[in-house]
Amino acid sequence: MKISEKLARETLLEMQRRMLRIRLFDERASKMVKRGYIPGTVHTSIGQEAQVVGACMALKSGDHMTGNHRSHGHPIGMGSPLGPLMAELVGKATGVCKGKGGSLHLADYAVGSLGESGITGSSIPIAVGAGLSAQVLGEDRVALTFFGDGTANQGVLYESMNLASAYKLPVIFLCENNFYALSTPSHTVTGGRIVDRAAGFGMPGVRVDDGQDVMAVYDAVAEAVDRARRGEGPSLVEVMTYRFREHSEGLRINVDYRNSEEKQFWTARDPIVLFREALIAAGIATAAEMDAIEAEIAQEVEDCASFALESPDPEPSVAFEHLFTDAYDLEDVL
Amino acid sequence: MSVMTYIGAIGAAQQEAMSADPRVIIIGEDVEANVYGTTGGGKQRAEQGDFVQQFGKNRIRNTPISEEAIVGTAIGAAMTGLRPIVDLSYSSFLYMAMDQFVNQAAKNRYMFGGQSSIPVVFRSAMFYGLNTGAHHSDRPYPMFMNVPGLKIMAPASAYDAKGLLRSAIDSDDPVLTFEAVPLWGAKEEVPDEEYRIPFGVARTRREGCDVTVVGVSGSLPLALQAAEDMAARGVSCEVIDPRTLVPLDTGTIVRSVLKTGRLVIAEPAHRTCGAAAEIAAVVADKAQHALVAPIKRVCALNMQVPFSPALEAQIYPTRERIVAAIEAVCADQLNAENRRVG
Repeated sequence: MKISEKLARETLLEMQRRMLRIRLFDERASKMVKRGYIPGTVHTSIGQEAQVVGACMALKSGDHMTGNHRSHGHPIGMGSPLGPLMAELVGKATGVCKGKGGSLHLADYAVGSLGESGITGSSIPIAVGAGLSAQVLGEDRVALTFFGDGTANQGVLYESMNLASAYKLPVIFLCENNFYALSTPSHTVTGGRIVDRAAGFGMPGVRVDDGQDVMAVYDAVAEAVDRARRGEGPSLVEVMTYRFREHSEGLRINVDYRNSEEKQFWTARDPIVLFREALIAAGIATAAEMDAIEAEIAQEVEDCASFALESPDPEPSVAFEHLFTDAYDLEDVL
Repeated sequence: MSVMTYIGAIGAAQQEAMSADPRVIIIGEDVEANVYGTTGGGKQRAEQGDFVQQFGKNRIRNTPISEEAIVGTAIGAAMTGLRPIVDLSYSSFLYMAMDQFVNQAAKNRYMFGGQSSIPVVFRSAMFYGLNTGAHHSDRPYPMFMNVPGLKIMAPASAYDAKGLLRSAIDSDDPVLTFEAVPLWGAKEEVPDEEYRIPFGVARTRREGCDVTVVGVSGSLPLALQAAEDMAARGVSCEVIDPRTLVPLDTGTIVRSVLKTGRLVIAEPAHRTCGAAAEIAAVVADKAQHALVAPIKRVCALNMQVPFSPALEAQIYPTRERIVAAIEAVCADQLNAENRRVG
């Protein structure tokens, strides 16, 4: 892995911190699902941290992001504090969405996270809209939308890519290709390569073959972001990566749809281990310093879990808020 | 005051809003060429040009034929600083963007704990009664009444269309307009100065004491005509236009039924689970003790819209069907009247 010389040491270390936050947050969330502290299920980004963080770190303050059902990594990648995110997963009053969204519908507007989506593809045009508002209002910001290889076959993606290209909007379409649409190998239901579809819309398409390399992801997305900021329009970036765990926590699929050779190949390419080694090899940080960062994030995750578990439940009346911005008659509504 | 058509009033409201606030934009298919007649500049067109000339192509944007992306993009733009007016032309086209209406526009503010507001107006027109066949003739507003989080206006006159649309554009929540194409040419006096009509306030178009007749959208003028017919026969109708369906001014309707004891509801949508069904249920709940006759609904039949001019008209409420419904609920009174006259 080649460490970018353009990036400050603190930025590089922040990348590792955010990847660690995603890993440890999701490991903790998985346990909390198993123990019944988190109702329902969660979809972890474990294994895909480089793909998430490399993309988010290429954005700057004021930019926007929309995501999908694999939903915790994206706001964490944007810098969202962990406590309110974990509290949201547990359904507490202190949740980032006041306990009304849950794992699938995280959003943290303070860091530009406009919302994850339980419906795959549904949040793609939302990012195009953020690009449109930037263009109409003359504001220097871009929008990035995450979607998977499965969603790459949703029609709304192509309507959105076409509209963004026709209007030359500052949008980055980021395909997180982990090879499977739940249990279905995506190549068995996908014609051609996803990245090649960019050409059909007159936009650049770049494929990052090693999405476990956070530097490679960062470089590809940063180039697309620069292009968007220059007013040259949208890009498609396809990142090849792998989820280390099942589609969702607790899901048991009897058919072994991913063979062990493949799993071994990818799990040996742990993005956090790879980046740690590269940073040490490049003399950016010592092993001891990296150990200290890992301990720091582990503590942060411990704290966020305690914060979530110790927080109060939302008041029942909260269920009736935020239907509209102005006052409404509950008698009429309910 | 000036006399304005229903569609002219919509164009005028758009022009006022575009002039008042640079965050307001209009996007949709064929809006640049003013194909549907609401981006043309109205009476001032000769001096000021059409909307593209007045406001520029940055704010008046043709879109590809991609309803899902248009609607989603407008939602995203509204969440990040713009106040888009989306011209979807035919109401039947809304189905193409159903996920965006239901899962994004309606739910985002709620799901995200109030972090977002979504000030966007989705305009569409119900092209019914015009022999455009089953795909273009729908009146689908009841489907959207069933989605919490969307506000809905369905004006029946030029004055209401203009004032309600200004309120819709001011609203920080998503609003759907369902405009009645059969009323596009209907004229009404409209104030020259800017005005807004609040949502959730019905308009009593005719006062009366024997029967309450609620008319929705294109059925409202028919209800007024039916009331005229009945007045000649000694039956006094109170005709109410709810104007907005979400929020719905149930108070005005219930108070009227408490006075009249009878209710007829006419609307151009299908009967099952329609606005009339909702109004009937509310009245049955709140004013049952005052009712002296069953509630009657006069709606579109629960079937598809046929193309032929020889077939289509009978599908929708007509003046005659509304008269028949009023006769049915006022049978006692009409008999008494007949005895008096005889």
